[in-house]
Amino acid sequence: MGFEHFWLSGFDQIHTAFWTYLAVGLQNGAVYAMIAVGYTLVYGVLGLINFAHGEVFMCGGFAGVFLTRDILGDRTGTGWGSVALVLAGIAIGALVSALVAIGVEQAAYRPLRRRHAPKLAFLISAIGASYFLQTLAGKEFGYGVNIFPGQVFEPGQVMFTLFGTTIHTITVVSIIAAIVMLVVADRIVRATRLGRGIRAVSQDAETSSLMGVNIDRTITITFILGGALAGAAGFLYSLQSGMVQNAGTEIGIYAFTAAVLGGIGNLRGAALGGLFIGLFGSFSVPFAFEGNVQWTEIYTFLILVLVLIIRPTGILGERSGRTA
Amino acid sequence: MLTVTDAVVRYGTIEALHGISFDVQQGEIVALLGANGAGKSTTLRMVSGLHAPASGSIIYEGRDITKVKAHEFVSMGISHVPEGRRVFPQMTVEENLEMGAFRRSGPLRDDIEEIYVQFPILKERRKQPGVNLSGGEQQMLAIGRALMSKPRLLLLDEPSMGLAPMIVETIFSIIGQIRDAGTTVFVVEQNATQALRLADRGYVMENGRIVFGDTAKNLLTDPRVRAVYLGESVEGE
Repeated sequence: MGFEHFWLSGFDQIHTAFWTYLAVGLQNGAVYAMIAVGYTLVYGVLGLINFAHGEVFMCGGFAGVFLTRDILGDRTGTGWGSVALVLAGIAIGALVSALVAIGVEQAAYRPLRRRHAPKLAFLISAIGASYFLQTLAGKEFGYGVNIFPGQVFEPGQVMFTLFGTTIHTITVVSIIAAIVMLVVADRIVRATRLGRGIRAVSQDAETSSLMGVNIDRTITITFILGGALAGAAGFLYSLQSGMVQNAGTEIGIYAFTAAVLGGIGNLRGAALGGLFIGLFGSFSVPFAFEGNVQWTEIYTFLILVLVLIIRPTGILGERSGRTA
Repeated sequence: MLTVTDAVVRYGTIEALHGISFDVQQGEIVALLGANGAGKSTTLRMVSGLHAPASGSIIYEGRDITKVKAHEFVSMGISHVPEGRRVFPQMTVEENLEMGAFRRSGPLRDDIEEIYVQFPILKERRKQPGVNLSGGEQQMLAIGRALMSKPRLLLLDEPSMGLAPMIVETIFSIIGQIRDAGTTVFVVEQNATQALRLADRGYVMENGRIVFGDTAKNLLTDPRVRAVYLGESVEGE
């Protein structure tokens, strides 16, 4: 197979199945975007990457998986019942992940902040928290065992057909849920007093305390916000792909990449970066050599490197890159 | 209004303040003078809760506030304009002013307009992010932001630092107006003559100690103050 032929066949596939690639890309992008916001917000207030954030996502996913299994058992959700289950799954995933995120902050970061520990100590502590959660989940739910949720939607349920492409219900639900939650998060950060506190701490923590901002409380709120989004994403992801104890590593790295790509510290940048990584990953599938989809990962990280060479602070990043 | 007694501040194993005592009476402007590194900023940071003293006490309006956290000070009527202005760089002038009233609820419009009357340049620049302002404008914004909390005690750290003499005049006349409007002022300055012309009383710091204090009038003619102002060491120290 010649190189030219390889490229042409790739474009041919995109040409014939454009809407399918778009739908898959948007669905993945929605999940990445929701997780990426947590990385970027925490980076804003603490100036460090919360490497346990992927595990926060994983915990929310498992919570949603077991909720739907407990309710549905072997049955399949129908009609409004499915809608209610999705909302419940998002809520329980968000709640559990928010609690896990608070736990991570209290156990892994707060004691170090009290002692003015160097950044490296935070990094080690974050990796420790990440391993702890992964191993705990592995012990409870099995190592490398993919656990699927109850059937909220029939497998492969089609919501509608667009230009001859079947669009699955799960895709539509994921995208709508992501948009709503991202818009709400954006409004909270930009237009509420809570958000003003988060932005103030991101820009100058000490001065914000002189303004009366309780830094510890603001950091907790930031973890709750990021955790809730990651937990909701965990549930939406598991509806499609199931959940496995180490899913946080791979998905987390994609989402982290999205946050850096968009400009770390910038909420809209993180959402945009997530969408971009999702779409790019999907549309690069036809260009994978010998059908090996691992190539999409190589392409994605190549793009990351290229973007960072051209714009070291990411797509929407500012000079300092520290604005929430 | 504010009484500090035998306050010791440590940074790790280094003792920065070796037991200082001073007081600020209601309605006064009190200046804290001294050379670079004498401990002036540390003193101010201690008074606003950014760095708790290892021992000693701080009494404000009859209440012991030695252990109170920094973010609670503003609700007690103490507002701190930090060294180097520290305006929020990515917030607009107006958002910066709103931050000053973070702990207050209710509409802020009238208060913001009041600040604009006092600092007309801020009104012109209201939509600009703080990072785009000149040094003088940033200092005005930092003071305006501090006034948004309606403080009874205003702490100012080196308000003249890095500013052109004309701007310094303006800033100092504003500080005078703030006191006339009923707010007590405690100001840290390297520019001793300028500060003492405005202040009622002053203290002189050296090497983490308050070496003496007196009325501003007496300090202005004191040869030891001239020595500090010129950056020379005080005789006998």
